[in-house]
Order: sequence, then C-alpha cells, then structure tokens
Amino acid sequence: MIGIVSYGSYIPKFRIKVEEIARVWGEDAKKIKGGLGVHEKSVPDVDEDTATIGVEAAREAVKRAGIDPEEIGAVFVGSESHPYAVKPTATIVGEALGVGNDYYAADLEFACKAGTAGMQICFSMVKAGMIKYGLAIGADTSQARPGDALEYAAAAGGAAFIIGKDPIAEIEATYSFTSDTPDFWRRDLQPYPSHGGRFTGQPAYFRHVISAARGLMERYSYKTEDFDYAVFHMPNAKFPVRAARMLGFSDEHIGQGLVVRAIGNAYSGSSLLGLAATLDVAEPDERVLLVSFGSGAGSDAFALRVTDKIKEFEREPKVWDKIERKVYVDYAIYLKHRRKIKA
Amino acid sequence: MVPRSWRKIRYRYDVRGSYCENCGNYHYPPRNFCPTCRRKGKLVETLFPEEGRVVSYTVVREKEPYIIALIELDNGARVLSQLSCEPGEVKIGMRVKKAFRRYGEDGEDGIIHYGTKFVPVD
Repeated sequence: MIGIVSYGSYIPKFRIKVEEIARVWGEDAKKIKGGLGVHEKSVPDVDEDTATIGVEAAREAVKRAGIDPEEIGAVFVGSESHPYAVKPTATIVGEALGVGNDYYAADLEFACKAGTAGMQICFSMVKAGMIKYGLAIGADTSQARPGDALEYAAAAGGAAFIIGKDPIAEIEATYSFTSDTPDFWRRDLQPYPSHGGRFTGQPAYFRHVISAARGLMERYSYKTEDFDYAVFHMPNAKFPVRAARMLGFSDEHIGQGLVVRAIGNAYSGSSLLGLAATLDVAEPDERVLLVSFGSGAGSDAFALRVTDKIKEFEREPKVWDKIERKVYVDYAIYLKHRRKIKA
Repeated sequence: MVPRSWRKIRYRYDVRGSYCENCGNYHYPPRNFCPTCRRKGKLVETLFPEEGRVVSYTVVREKEPYIIALIELDNGARVLSQLSCEPGEVKIGMRVKKAFRRYGEDGEDGIIHYGTKFVPVD
C-alpha cells in the first residue's frame, strides 16, 4: 500500500484584504468579493520565497513522519515562482532538510498543478522500488501585475507530502487529463503572467477538472458517493464550488478544503493546502478526491483512502489554525514585501 | 563570494554546530578546534534544538530596521542570529524558533543567500 506517509504546510502570516487592494485601484470591493469569493490573501515576508516556504512545509512533514531525512530518495518542488530561472529549488530544500546527497531531484513547473505532478512521480518511484520515500512540494509566491484582476487572489503558501509505504492516506488511483490550452502563461523574462480572462473558465479550468475527475471515476469505477471529501484547485472560491456541483458534490464535501476564501490562491500550493486541511480532520476509511489544475493545461486527479495510521499521526497545528494566525498589512507594505518597491 | 557562501551552507541552512565530547561545550558556528580543551578536545557536528530564548538584542537602524539577537537554545548553546519580527515585538526572554529565510542576494543577477533566522514562537 503506497500513499501519503506524512504532510506539512506553511502559510506566511501576513494578509491583505480585498478592500485594501480595491481601495488603491478604485474598484468595488463588495463586487469583487462577491465575484471571487475571496476575502483576503496571504502575503509573504520580505525574506520569504518559494524555497523558504517549501523548506518550512517540508520540515513539518519530516518531523511528523518521524523519519531520518536521509531516507528520502527524491525531492520534487513544483512552483511557478522558483527563485531562480536556472538553478533548482529542490537542491536548496534537500540541503536544508539534511537529505544528504543520494537523492533524485528536480524542479517542476506546470502552472498551479506542478505539486501534484511531483506526487505522481514520487508515487511511481516508490511503486517501482527506486526509493523508500519521496518528497513532493507545491509552493508559490504567486505573481500578479498590480491592478490586474489576479492581484486579488494571487497568494503565497505551500504544502509538502512524503510519499511511501504504510501511509496515512493510500493513493488508490491517479489519472491526468491534459491538453494544449493557452489560458494563462508567462513568457521568459516577464515579471507577471498574462491570462485569457473569461477563457480561463469553461475551456480551461472546468474542462480539465471535470474530465480528470470523471476519467478517474470511469477508469477505476468510483461514484461520487464513494468520496467523503473533494478538493479542487482554487483560483477563486467560485470555480471549485461550481466544479463540485457539476460532479454532484455538496458544500459539505468541499468546505473543509476551501482555504481560498481566507488565504487566496497559492498557485502550486492551492489544492495541496486544501488537501492538507482535509487530512487534518479526515477519519480512517474516508475517501478524498483531489483534483488539481494547471493552466496550459491539465488536471491531476487522485483517489485517496485514509488509513488507521492517521489516528496516531500528529496533525497539530492544523492548516485552519495557521490561517487564523495573521497580521494585516496595507497596500504599501504589501508592495514592499513583494519586493516591488525598494529602499 | 560564491565559494565563501557555499562553504557556509551546511551550518547556515540549519543550526548545525560543534559539540566537544571532552568538555561538553557547544559552539556555533561550528569549530574544528575546541577553544577550552585545545588538543584534548573531541569535536563532533550536531544539530542544535529548534527553539530557545532571547538573551539580548539590538535593533540596527540602517535603511529598514532589523534585529540581531543573542539566542540561548534549549541545549544551552548561544547563537547570534537575525530575528525576523517587528522591532516593537522583541523582548528579552521571549521564546523563539528557527525559520528558513533569505539572507540576501548578490544583486539581481547574483546568487541568493539563504539561512536560518529566528521568529517568535506563536
């Protein structure tokens, strides 16, 4: 039985409210909050980036697993805000964790689904007998052009999953749906991403998320009723709620993982933080459907079954506790933290 | 700058210091010679505890203020580190824990330096 052996998460403590961003750009905060379903978003500190968020999330995962870091045989970091254009984040994380030098490593990029892609690779490597444990991280300090609609949700955070045998949540099945759909992109040397506006909805998010979920269910004979929880990628709160309804899930299935309302969209960390928040409360034998989405575009779907091992697993502090620990900043401090203005 | 920074990665990325098995003293940054036992010293590398308390601190007011603190870790070892919080938040005796943060960078096209700082325990 192979699956999630441990997990950890990290959310920077700073938050900016939608009202504060709307004030600067002269927009109607009520309308934006109603449209996106996001109330505030997380903001990294001046000395935080994807590497530091990845290390903090991974350290929590290693500590909870109670394993020797040297037993980790692979480190994959999925992000679209790797600190370097060329030079891996994975080696920084591996070194900080004390993984040693005997490990496979790579940085992954597939917009918001690079973290789940790392989980699939680790799952396959454990299954193939190449490694004992693999570490998959999804972390981002998401970029958004000031004044762009993305700015209201582009947030920072990440989650780390250790994949191995004897798990707290078995990966029963995984399936991906992929197509060439240019809904969101960032060209080389450009500081901010561009997107196709409304095009990011139906042909991009919904087509891939629904197809991946249905593909997983058809191929591995699951029904909606087989799942106790569902977690979808959360670019805003509206999309995952609508995707859940299209698949026949109720608000109770997705409420626990819907972290986007309180922290925004942490890109590669988004669906994984939702999964971590869900595992925080899940009971043995409950089943979780996880469907990520990465622009460009693709979705990775997972059927996860929680095992008895979760009972003795340390789940404190929970993701929602971390969400509650916050310090608000205004727009000027936010710009400083995002290194958009310098002394 | 690159080799100098690279040599420090091991003890900057995590709080790895030295411990003298002869006299029981801890050192950070790690030493390869025990200042107490001299030739009789027997040094081993060890990972220091994650938490400690602020023994003393100073606020450096240069452009943006930042805090340098003397921190006594739970094994009694003292380390000098940057404390990542508001200058008004810091108090002598406050509990702090290690955090992996950016130290700085060699300009926009240079390497990024990472290492351990400390933050208040929630």
